Amino acid sequence: MEKRVTFKGWLLPLILLTPQIIVSAVFFFYPAGQAVWQSLFIPDPFGLRSQFVGLGNFEYLLGDPYYRASFVTTAIFSILVTVVSMGMALWLALLADRLIKGSGVYRTLLIWPYAVAPAVAGVLWLFMFNTRVGVVSWYLGLLGYDWNHVLNGSEAMGLVVVASSWGRISYNFLFFLAGLQAIPRSVIEAAAIDGAHFWTRFRTIVFPLLSPTTFFLLVVNVVYAFFETFGVIHTITGGGPQQSTTILVYKVFSDGFVGQDLGSSAAQSVILLFVVGILTVVQFKFIERRVHY
Amino acid sequence: MAQRSGMVEKRGASHWLIHAGMILGVVIIAFPIWLAFVASTVTQSDIISPPMPLWPGEHFFENYSKALVSGINAPVGRMLLNSTIMALGIALGKIFISILSAFAIVYFRFPGRRLFFWLIFLTLMLPVEVRIVPTYQVAANFGLLNSYSGLIFPLLASATATFLFRQFFMTVPDELAEAARVDGARPMRFFWDILLPMSRTNMAALFVILFIYGWNQYLWPLLITTDPEMNTIVMGIKQMFPSGDDFADWPVIMATSILAMLPPVIVVVGMQKLFIRGLVDSEK
Repeated sequence: MEKRVTFKGWLLPLILLTPQIIVSAVFFFYPAGQAVWQSLFIPDPFGLRSQFVGLGNFEYLLGDPYYRASFVTTAIFSILVTVVSMGMALWLALLADRLIKGSGVYRTLLIWPYAVAPAVAGVLWLFMFNTRVGVVSWYLGLLGYDWNHVLNGSEAMGLVVVASSWGRISYNFLFFLAGLQAIPRSVIEAAAIDGAHFWTRFRTIVFPLLSPTTFFLLVVNVVYAFFETFGVIHTITGGGPQQSTTILVYKVFSDGFVGQDLGSSAAQSVILLFVVGILTVVQFKFIERRVHY
Repeated sequence: MAQRSGMVEKRGASHWLIHAGMILGVVIIAFPIWLAFVASTVTQSDIISPPMPLWPGEHFFENYSKALVSGINAPVGRMLLNSTIMALGIALGKIFISILSAFAIVYFRFPGRRLFFWLIFLTLMLPVEVRIVPTYQVAANFGLLNSYSGLIFPLLASATATFLFRQFFMTVPDELAEAARVDGARPMRFFWDILLPMSRTNMAALFVILFIYGWNQYLWPLLITTDPEMNTIVMGIKQMFPSGDDFADWPVIMATSILAMLPPVIVVVGMQKLFIRGLVDSEK
């Protein structure tokens, strides 16, 4: 899509573009290029010299059981976050959609966790499940369940999943509710007249008509789980116990800044870059009908 | 939303079931924050002998003033200031650079236009978390550690806002630019007098989204600020936990958490319409 009417000149547009170009060049293209470059080297322990190893870092990573485990952890984590946050949101949106009035009030009551930073959400959930003072873990103890996410990998995973999904419910709820309200009432009422019950209507009419929203949210939530949950994991588990909650983005951080293994961290960045690329292509393939670049 | 009275909406008993379901959802969603608020109004000894009370105590002012004035590593008042500067800088900075570049890309034909377009498009793809080490090195080389510029500038390098403005400019009727050109108006006149006023709502919606984005940043401030006086509040909370086996000062930490979520929550709830519009726009 292009504008028919445009202004003349080439100097002015270049001047207008300059701020964005400078910021992108310095803080995006150069660092991204550095990541690719550094991924081909192994620096010596003193950081004075580095040795060219070609694709050695990548070969090492793909053979590294810890890295492969991190891939699996990331997959499990993002599937769980997506399912939990979308499931809860869909349930609430379906309820709100059936209300004659008051859905606006519930919307207000439900959207604000979106504004809570993942890192703060992490602290809140950590507090509830803290092994010594947590309210929830204390009551679980009363029921005979000994909660300890510091030692138990699956409990740690459960906790970071719930903490990451929590604020996300608001976001998904908004989009699901908008999607539901866009479905023509007449279609649903026609089915109701034909005697279709709620569950049948949902399965045969509502859910298929909601599928563009669902697919969009699927992609967006996977991207969220991959890249925006760092704060949750850093505040609650720090990737542990035994790396059971070390997702890929967390590993880039811990290998690069804690482990000082710059070559490996850079190679991981490059691998993630491909993952982002694939997700972006999927996203754009889906939305190209709505958006024309 | 328009009132509905269709036959699918329920009345009577099942009507109340729906409300009950919604209220249950709201309670589940709100519980962590309620608990944090309660914890911020009681004493440390109330918390370390579980179970903690579920109703607010009387130490609200004590805990909040302790957090704001002295904090644990740095006064939380100071961290709030840092967060405000960072969030405003990111929101205003992004709006500024992206409205200019969107104007250039939509309303001009110049050599290299497509190239710039795709270069900007590429920056959509790579979150700062992914290129974190080299970006940190760049910031360190520029001497940006522990500075507001270091907190703000590296996070401006993303093109979401540019694309939003581009989308919007595309919907602006060509007749307006045509008329401006016939009247002999210079491009910047057109930009100031026509395009900018028309973009006000979009800018406001974008501001809401970007303010929250900036306020909630975690990893970047964690790396770039080593001086507690430069910590932002969202990353500063984690720094308040003791490293050893000591009990964390939960009332102060929870008061800080409440303070950390308050500004973005106020923005979202207070500007709900703009927020939803911004959210929907930025994901289109």
